[in-house]
Amino acid sequence: MAVETKQDPTKSGSDLWKRESRARHFRERAVRVLLTVCAYISVLTTFGIVFVLFEEAARFFGEVSPVRFLTETQWTAGFSDDPSQAEYGIVVLAWATLLSTAIACAVALPLGLGAAIYLSEYASTGLRRWLKPALEVLAGVPTIVYGFFALTFVTPVLQATFFPNIGIFNIFAAGLVMGVMIIPTVASVSEDAIYAVPRGLREGGYALGATKREVATKIVVPAAISGIVASFVLGISRAVGETMIVAVAGGLTPQIASPLQPMQTMTAYIVQVTGGETPRGTIQYETIFAVGLSLFLMTLVLNMIAYWFVRRYREVY
Amino acid sequence: MSQSGTEVVRPREPGTEKDFKTSTGTRHVLDKIFTAIIFVATVIGLVVLAVLLIDIARRGLPALNWGFLTGLGSADAEDAGLLPPLVGSLMLLVIVVVVAVPLGIGAAVYLEEYASDNWLNRIIEINISNLAGVPSIIYGLLGLGVFVYVLGFGKSILSGGLILSLLILPVIIIATRESVRAVPNSVREGAYALGATQWETIRHHVLPMALPGALTGSILALSRAIGETAPLIAIGAVPYMTFVPTGLGSDITAIPIQIYNWVSQPGDEFQAIAAAGIVVLMAVLLAANAGAIWLRNRFQRRN
Repeated sequence: MAVETKQDPTKSGSDLWKRESRARHFRERAVRVLLTVCAYISVLTTFGIVFVLFEEAARFFGEVSPVRFLTETQWTAGFSDDPSQAEYGIVVLAWATLLSTAIACAVALPLGLGAAIYLSEYASTGLRRWLKPALEVLAGVPTIVYGFFALTFVTPVLQATFFPNIGIFNIFAAGLVMGVMIIPTVASVSEDAIYAVPRGLREGGYALGATKREVATKIVVPAAISGIVASFVLGISRAVGETMIVAVAGGLTPQIASPLQPMQTMTAYIVQVTGGETPRGTIQYETIFAVGLSLFLMTLVLNMIAYWFVRRYREVY
Repeated sequence: MSQSGTEVVRPREPGTEKDFKTSTGTRHVLDKIFTAIIFVATVIGLVVLAVLLIDIARRGLPALNWGFLTGLGSADAEDAGLLPPLVGSLMLLVIVVVVAVPLGIGAAVYLEEYASDNWLNRIIEINISNLAGVPSIIYGLLGLGVFVYVLGFGKSILSGGLILSLLILPVIIIATRESVRAVPNSVREGAYALGATQWETIRHHVLPMALPGALTGSILALSRAIGETAPLIAIGAVPYMTFVPTGLGSDITAIPIQIYNWVSQPGDEFQAIAAAGIVVLMAVLLAANAGAIWLRNRFQRRN
């Protein structure tokens, strides 16, 4: 912690000061430039992502019109190298993404919000200190592990109990497990928002004779609603971009079907194509960037909405 | 808030004692039910986590032995080992530590200590929070387009390590910024009063105080990098390796990728070694997280 103070007693004070000052001044500027560069790397990353996605996707759309991409109802990109012989309806992959996201959200949004309310309003300090990190562990488990779990445990259990006709690969089990993975994301952002609600609002509720549940659901949650919405949107964004769970347990069949059947999401398609040997320059290689661009734009919009909501509740309190 | 001034507030007919009692009775029952529901909501995830861990241990532990840990890759489940992916993960980790941790801490210090509140720095901030939400597979496409082809690093450990570095950079920046912000201003002012320059103040006072928090965040980010699969597959990882990777130019192999490739194979033997691989991966992550918690506790005790 000590500041270095090396002084040569034989030199006069003014000499020392001037020389030191110039060296220090130079070092100050050099460090500043270096740190600025560090911060700008992140901007460079975004530029890189946008550049790569747009460049390759532009080549794809040069051969397959965006109208075809948006309106065709089959995805048969793997069947032919000739763009006129195959269909590129992104809606097929987007359907699987939408279904898995919806299932994940049906699990994660209520459970995450419930956990946030319990942790912030009900749990004792001691219990909270254990529960919160334990819940965070769910977000730290690698997605490949969840994928394995969905494939080898959840699907067989579902098959033995409620859904005898469920496929070995299916979007339903993948979505359920994905939902469990997203619980901590929803819970921690919601909890931050609930925590920021001023104590006075709660006490006002109690003074009017409200019970604890009434204060939590009718005063605290509405007051924290923009942060809670942000947590929901972040959860949705996480589900849309999730890759390994759906790639392992969801199947690799591009089709519009029921969640009990195998389907390929946008992310799983990218994994499948890049996992095989697909030479650069082929139409196949270009499709993954067109799909990636769609995915990037979807998550970008969701993230910006969440960012806006988070800022809003920060401004209010 | 309604315009109470324009409304005529009529006092309600006083309820009978019976009415009042029933109302509070139901409300309190509802309260109990609500408490039970949100408690279940909180622990249900933990129950699933417990089931997951037990199930994986049950499947994986029988296949886990010394031969598995030190064996090389093979197309045969019986002979397949985890040594090349273990070494590959370690090499990726070294690259990420060397690249992402200094860059992340540097960027965080710039944003907290140097950056003025102008539109450019606000853009950087929004950009970082947005990058934290970009799906990892998109980073894989960035790596494929830029590192593998444009810069010509090929499908190598170097490309993989760099893309994982970019992936966790936002996480490190966000964690470090929080701990730099937590350093009280009086510390900086004290240093300035003694004639220290801005960098001297940061180097000798702000950074040492913020370091434990920054390191905790970095370790958590690194454990995310260890578990990442999708971006490495996107760059082009090999199904299995019959030799140990030797340098930055080696083919990409890592524990999660090896698990993915085993899971993709038909047959119970492959599922068993996949589970064994998961046990190893989880053990590594557990150790990393325990380290992070230890650091945090040490830090909290000192303050």
